[in-house]
Amino acid sequence: MRSWLTTTDHKRIALLYLGTMTLFFTLGGLLATVIRVELATAASDLVTAETYNRLFTLHGVIMVFFFLIPSIPTFLGNYLLPLMLGAPDLAFPRLNLASWYVFVAGGLLTLTAMVAGGLDTGWTFYTPYSTTFSDSHVVLAVLGVFLAGLSSVFTGINFIVTIHRLRAPGLTWLRLPLFVWSHYATSLILVLATPVLAMTLLLVAIERGLSIGIFDPEAGGSPLLFQHFFWFYSHPAVYIMILPGMGVVSELIPCFSRNRPFGYEFVAASSLAIAVFGFLVWGHHMFVAGQSYFASVVFSFLSFSVAVPSGVKVFSWLGTMHRGSVWLTTPMIYALGFVALFTIGGGTGLALAMLAVDVHLHDTYFVVAHFHTIMVGGMLMAYLGGLHFWWPKISGRLYSERWGRIAAYTLFIGFLLTFLPQFVLGTQGLPRRTASYPPEYQFLQALSSAGATILAVGYVLPGIYLLASLVRGRPAGDNPWGATGLEWRTSSPPPPHNFNKAPVVTEDPYDYPRAPQPTFIGAGDV
Amino acid sequence: MILGIPFELLPAAASATSGAVDVAVFLVFAVIGVVSLGVVAAMVYIVVRYRRRPGNLTGRGHDPATIWRTELGWCALTATVFLGLFTVGAAFFDRIERVPADADALDVAVTAKRWMWSFHHPNGRRELSQLHVPAGRVVRLHLASEDVIHSFYVPAFRLKHDVVPGWLRTAWFRATAPGTYALACAEYCGTEHAVMRADVVVMEPHAYDRWLAQGDDSRPPLAAAGRALFQRLDCGACHESHRRRRAPPLEGLYGRPVALRDGSSVIADDDYIRRSILRPDADVVADYQGGVMPTYAGLVDDDELLLLVAYIRSLADAEGVSP
Repeated sequence: MRSWLTTTDHKRIALLYLGTMTLFFTLGGLLATVIRVELATAASDLVTAETYNRLFTLHGVIMVFFFLIPSIPTFLGNYLLPLMLGAPDLAFPRLNLASWYVFVAGGLLTLTAMVAGGLDTGWTFYTPYSTTFSDSHVVLAVLGVFLAGLSSVFTGINFIVTIHRLRAPGLTWLRLPLFVWSHYATSLILVLATPVLAMTLLLVAIERGLSIGIFDPEAGGSPLLFQHFFWFYSHPAVYIMILPGMGVVSELIPCFSRNRPFGYEFVAASSLAIAVFGFLVWGHHMFVAGQSYFASVVFSFLSFSVAVPSGVKVFSWLGTMHRGSVWLTTPMIYALGFVALFTIGGGTGLALAMLAVDVHLHDTYFVVAHFHTIMVGGMLMAYLGGLHFWWPKISGRLYSERWGRIAAYTLFIGFLLTFLPQFVLGTQGLPRRTASYPPEYQFLQALSSAGATILAVGYVLPGIYLLASLVRGRPAGDNPWGATGLEWRTSSPPPPHNFNKAPVVTEDPYDYPRAPQPTFIGAGDV
Repeated sequence: MILGIPFELLPAAASATSGAVDVAVFLVFAVIGVVSLGVVAAMVYIVVRYRRRPGNLTGRGHDPATIWRTELGWCALTATVFLGLFTVGAAFFDRIERVPADADALDVAVTAKRWMWSFHHPNGRRELSQLHVPAGRVVRLHLASEDVIHSFYVPAFRLKHDVVPGWLRTAWFRATAPGTYALACAEYCGTEHAVMRADVVVMEPHAYDRWLAQGDDSRPPLAAAGRALFQRLDCGACHESHRRRRAPPLEGLYGRPVALRDGSSVIADDDYIRRSILRPDADVVADYQGGVMPTYAGLVDDDELLLLVAYIRSLADAEGVSP
């Protein structure tokens, strides 16, 4: 126990994060369950409207700040970056451990706010509701999120320095795995954007206590200023969530297609382009908030621009599979699910970037469905795909491939059933964040709730068979998938300092045509 | 109808701009549909055609020239489609945003507060949670919030506009067909946000005139109430045009550009007038001194501000002495 709490080994810290985030994810999922049960009927009958508002707020805060943003970087990134770079650890091991403690402290503050009576501002903390009108625990929650942000700045700095300084001999920039490129882009956003969130949240706390008049119109402030500040972080935060997922998928698809990535340079450059353009689109959250027509047009244009590098990603994944040897293992099913859902999620994002269309769809269920398709459909699929792909490396064991595939398909079907109806609800004009709704929307809402039960099964299954694999799983061997990448050149799980002999890189990445064939033979496969 | 259940993707269109929005919606939905189905179809084809099997255990890859050509071609294709969607969206948005200057437009003051909508008609009639308007006439909404941010959303009109405290915003619609349409608050505003709804009742013009006449006659019209308040606060002491040396005249002001002392200029809209009443030195008019007018913040509430704005708006076509 003590050795875990004082460890500076990036692999152990990654597992600490995995455990902590799994708890937060479970909590966020339970909140979502109550929300979906409540919404199965039109009236607000299971919980009061006041409770409902606290439920969706905490669901959002926990899922965004304590699961989606840290998930892939702090777990898979933490575990894999040094391995992929051929390094013994991250550049600042103690900073890494500190980031986990700060993260836990932030989580505890937020949980305290929840237990003490909750938070009802929505995860967006819009002013003047949050500064003047809410009688819930805004300051506590805001400080919790502030600490979570601080923790991710630590992680971002650590990753940037590690990627610059600790690459193995011969591992040039253009030989970096795409996973590393996407984490580099993510870290840049983490370091540059998170301070703005921190500042904004502190201002909310100060405004609440001292009424300094920066956001409060009564004191001469501007509520829209808050929205500008908030989205200046929170839109790039969307790319903090999705870029690492793209990085994971860019590892899985070449491996299970036995092909080099189609357009490596394009995929790597698109990660950076997304990170840069992602900073310039925040105003698309404010098309109907009363910003000027000119500003709206510019933000709409820039939002379409960010879709071009995203399109490059999808095209490149398809190109990688083309003329490959495509093997539908569990991680690959997740990867393909990601590509399909990211396309739908990104496409519906175009609808929202389109000015006239956004006037109708803004703040409706369409928006809810859109970002859940990117976050749950995209990001979570990638997270689970990565978890399954590297599980043999991390645990040294193979899980049940049969159950893995069943869970992946269950999740995909459950997802579509849950969120496709919400696109329709929004197009029909149902605003989001409502405890009750007019009865004409009941059928689709009930359908969505039914889909959520299937989705829940899809989440519980991996928890069971992955844990079971620790006890019953067959030994995985060093490289069950026949994957390239330095992490597969060491034992499973890797020794404390990762490599018994420091690796030297002499070839380009993803040389799948000449890579060893997989030692793993799944049920019914070649 | 799908499986015997009544089904409409979009609520029936009922305003002058909803048709344009629907065209844009169907256009972008078609693009999303084609792209998503195309990607899924391509994946299914590839998974089947290039499945792992004896004789196909290693990928055959692509040569760099093909990769560069197709990637750049794909970028060009997507950029063109996106540019098209952007242009359509921006052009139609302009029609929604640009408030028409129709002479017979109806100006309705809308006040949002947790958790109800109240409406104030030009002749002074007030109503709560119901808005009666005539079909075929431009209705200009002057939106004010007394507490937090709300959003005025009528799905059938494809109209949504946030109502932000501290600001007065103008939105508009022209309803095309009589009927009752749902108005919902689209911006989360607290406990009863879900039920902050109202009905927009669109009537034939003659029926609307009859409805308006049935109103409570004891209430003065909006502009007259504003004028009374204007006199009670003695604004005319400086703003009546014959004493214009101390303050700019208000006749013919509304909706026109105003040159400011710092060399810039603003349009005298609701928000400008509101701001000038609450923070007179924020935008000092060219040729006038700052520091003359005291702030009226705290002396007039949001409802009264709407009255004052209505009065100044009623002077828009009045003969003023131009400075």
